[in-house]
Amino acid sequence: MALDDRKSEFTFVGTRPDRPDGLDKVTGRAKFGADMSAPGMLHGAILRSPHAHARIVKIDASKAEAHKDVKAVVTRADFADVPFKPGLEGEFWNVLENVMAGEKALYDGHAVAAVAATSALAARDALKLIEVEYEVLPHVTDVDKAMAPDAPVIREGAADYSVPEGMHPNVVRYHESGHGDVEAGFAEADLVIEDSFVTEATHQGYIEPHACLGALGGDGKGELWCCTQGHWIVQKTCAALLGIETSQLRVTASEIGGGFGGKTTVFIEPVALALSRKANRPVKIVMSRSEVFRATGPTSSASMDIKIGMKKDGTITAAEGIFRLQGGAFPGAPGDMTAMCAFAPYNLTNVRQVGYDVMANRPKQAAYRAPGAPMGAFAVESVLDELCNQLGLDPVDVRLKNAAHEGTKASYGPTYERIGLVETLEAAKAHPHYSAPLKPGQGRGISCGFWFNHGGETSVSLALSEDGSAQVMVGTPDIGGSRASMALMAAEVLGIPYENIRVTVADTASLGYNDVSHGSRVTYASGLATIKAARHAVEKLCERAAAKWGIPVDAVKWEDGCAVPSGPNAGDFDPIPLADITADMGRTGGPISGHFEATPEGAGVSFGTHIVDAEVDPETGKTSITRYTVIQDAGKAIHPTYVEGQYQGGAAQGIGWALNEEYIYGDDGRLQNSIFLDYRIPVASDLPMIDTVIVEVPNPGHPFGVRGVGETGIVPPLAAIANAVSNAAGVRMRQLPMSPPRILAALKDNG
Amino acid sequence: MSKLHVSTTVNGDPVEYLCDPRETLLDCLRDKLNLTGAKEGCGTGDCGACSVTVDGRLVCSCLMLGVEAEGKEIETVEGIADGDVLHPLQKKMIEYAALQCGICTPGILVAAKSLLEKNPNPTEEETRYWLAGNLCRCTGYDKIIRAVMDTAAEMREAS
Amino acid sequence: MVEVHLWSSLRSLTGGCEVVEVEARTTGELLRELVRAHPQLQAPIDAGVSVAIDGRIIATGLSEPIPEGAEVYLMQRLRGG
Repeated sequence: MALDDRKSEFTFVGTRPDRPDGLDKVTGRAKFGADMSAPGMLHGAILRSPHAHARIVKIDASKAEAHKDVKAVVTRADFADVPFKPGLEGEFWNVLENVMAGEKALYDGHAVAAVAATSALAARDALKLIEVEYEVLPHVTDVDKAMAPDAPVIREGAADYSVPEGMHPNVVRYHESGHGDVEAGFAEADLVIEDSFVTEATHQGYIEPHACLGALGGDGKGELWCCTQGHWIVQKTCAALLGIETSQLRVTASEIGGGFGGKTTVFIEPVALALSRKANRPVKIVMSRSEVFRATGPTSSASMDIKIGMKKDGTITAAEGIFRLQGGAFPGAPGDMTAMCAFAPYNLTNVRQVGYDVMANRPKQAAYRAPGAPMGAFAVESVLDELCNQLGLDPVDVRLKNAAHEGTKASYGPTYERIGLVETLEAAKAHPHYSAPLKPGQGRGISCGFWFNHGGETSVSLALSEDGSAQVMVGTPDIGGSRASMALMAAEVLGIPYENIRVTVADTASLGYNDVSHGSRVTYASGLATIKAARHAVEKLCERAAAKWGIPVDAVKWEDGCAVPSGPNAGDFDPIPLADITADMGRTGGPISGHFEATPEGAGVSFGTHIVDAEVDPETGKTSITRYTVIQDAGKAIHPTYVEGQYQGGAAQGIGWALNEEYIYGDDGRLQNSIFLDYRIPVASDLPMIDTVIVEVPNPGHPFGVRGVGETGIVPPLAAIANAVSNAAGVRMRQLPMSPPRILAALKDNG
Repeated sequence: MSKLHVSTTVNGDPVEYLCDPRETLLDCLRDKLNLTGAKEGCGTGDCGACSVTVDGRLVCSCLMLGVEAEGKEIETVEGIADGDVLHPLQKKMIEYAALQCGICTPGILVAAKSLLEKNPNPTEEETRYWLAGNLCRCTGYDKIIRAVMDTAAEMREAS
Repeated sequence: MVEVHLWSSLRSLTGGCEVVEVEARTTGELLRELVRAHPQLQAPIDAGVSVAIDGRIIATGLSEPIPEGAEVYLMQRLRGG
């Protein structure tokens, strides 16, 4: 698909116009999740388990139900009984179990009941009237401990076909892949380094807490407003959990205040609908920050063993990685993705990678920007750095020597199409940052990173107005400026100015199914669909011109926003601008629209290389990032400023993950840092300017060459920063985050 | 608990509301006055998304009670533009793409405006420390800092 | 015939084979024929797989054509954030 009519010269694509949602967002008018209200609205609140693992013996809500301000109370009994079936279809059950606990509370913060009351304060007060009797069970929150023989079992029977016999029931998925003979490869090496690494769970940290406003009637018809990365998945999941028909629930996506993967599932939405159905009034639920941390998707935590062999000239002879990912009390930790991405930047003859998905008493992990890839890159690229240090080799040269390129057999199996890793490494080597002198106490680190990217189900509809302007309806919530990118791509095809196009994120009743805004897919897939929808409209415009001129439609072509005869033989006619055709379209055949529905398959993988300088204060263990450069292949940057923004944002999140951010659990299994004061994400004074270099190696699977850019940017930072810090401190850092106490301890151990 | 009557001024307009003594100024702005520009990102004064000024002083409206607004002058993001004329900071935020999702933008604008009123010529470091109370998860701050400093330069030139 | 390369941990379901030959013109036929050849492959296919054809990763599509002589890899289904 999409290999026809490729384009490499652009009029609008590659320019940097203002975003269409800019004015609303700088004036406070933009409506986010919590900004909506409805007549007769109630406020919902959720009661959460204070225990990491406990049997729910009894829930007595009679006092709450009797309170004058309370209009509904729901527990698990108020949801559809989705039968548990492991595997993909079992995911609905997992989501339901996460949305509202069944027999057991599985983590600190797990929802056990909810109320709807006449005000937010009344709802919060009413939670105190609900009495829950718990039988506290032994818990485990650490990935290695959760795999140990004596670990408490989170849920029997959750493991799927892939798990080898004899493993603890908390190990629920197993992945192994690779090629060649790693033992033979290690035997050929001049130096083999084997080391172990640990990363803590981090949260996506979007500034907007989850919020929704739902109304569901006894007739099974409902309306839902919420902040989400994908309202069709919300529609589908809520319908399943509430036992209603999917099409009877209309879901509208609000402006979204950040998601980064964390808003790709549901938490409060089915609860608001269940409360609404019981109270027969609209119900709004807004999470507190503490609820966001305790009960919505952090990443997995990870424990990893890496072994890499290298010759004196820098050739990697073999690589092996074991990646254990803890994903909370449900299957889903992306151990397989970690394994498949970890060695993907390199051309390896012998490679073996193993991934484990392990359950523990923590919230259900959710995707976070290239889920699974950053931690694997941290471990692998740290060992590569150490090999370079010990063999006295340049880290960029070694990566270039081993870099995957078109025709390389990927570590995960297939042969690469055209990819841009080498170009990012060459740009890194040529960048002034790489040769800039370091001050005493500073260290430099580099790392490569890989992510697959995604296509996914996509529907786009484009309609022309009589005045020659165009409206485009997409179904992928705009999480990074995609409305601007869609308008640029539509402008390119239609040949009308960017300003004459309005892009709207349509609700579920107004457009066909769309997969979530995830997998860096929006500019790729919705962009491809926008281009195809615009071309569909152009075909119709050409038909109208052909009819007017009385020539065959294949004698008409579209050029610079006008229908023109395709050649001298077609006839001598003046070009007809788009607006002249639309002006009387009602009388020449009816309204002109274009649309496209498909699942584009050709997202194109992407690579990046980051250069970081860090300074470590040996007195306090505090690290400062003094310089940062992101180099990444975008395929084709539709709006370069927003591509830079994605690179910078990914790097900043990576800096937080590397240096500060972590989930801290007490011995009691309770999360100890569930507010932004204690879970500290980078602030403006923590960061330097973040330089960016956009490399463009076109993706053969997109008409304009686009590759997704949102996720790859968070893959290299953990490793690049760890390498910079290790080089600055003179000691290898094997655990994230590299918080001051950990750095001080490492310095002390090193003498 | 009975509610208290509060008279205050928001963006120059005299307003009144009844509030529970436990409700924050942010709750009152959003739920009683329908001024939803200020956002609640944390409720603990850590993220700055609810930034407003009270008698010219920059505060987190989630840390102030609604009843404390009695007799004060409150300014919110909704009051930054002068009619249909955007404040230079608003224009530069759009021009620099200094926002992605935009949830932090109202707080950043209120805080940055407050900075430039006190210090029309801030260094990068001063700008970064002033805005250290306003969390942004999307941008890495790079374009925000550039937008604020360029606005400062432009406003100095214009004055 | 299409040679389908499996990831290593699937060997336990195919009697040790890492490459399975099937007759298939599309990704959907390929998955169906894989199960016919090795019924135990039903479980991983139900859990979600992608298919790489000459390096291009088909995340979910069942109707993608498989050209003669193409390199074909079965992969774990991709997920995104």
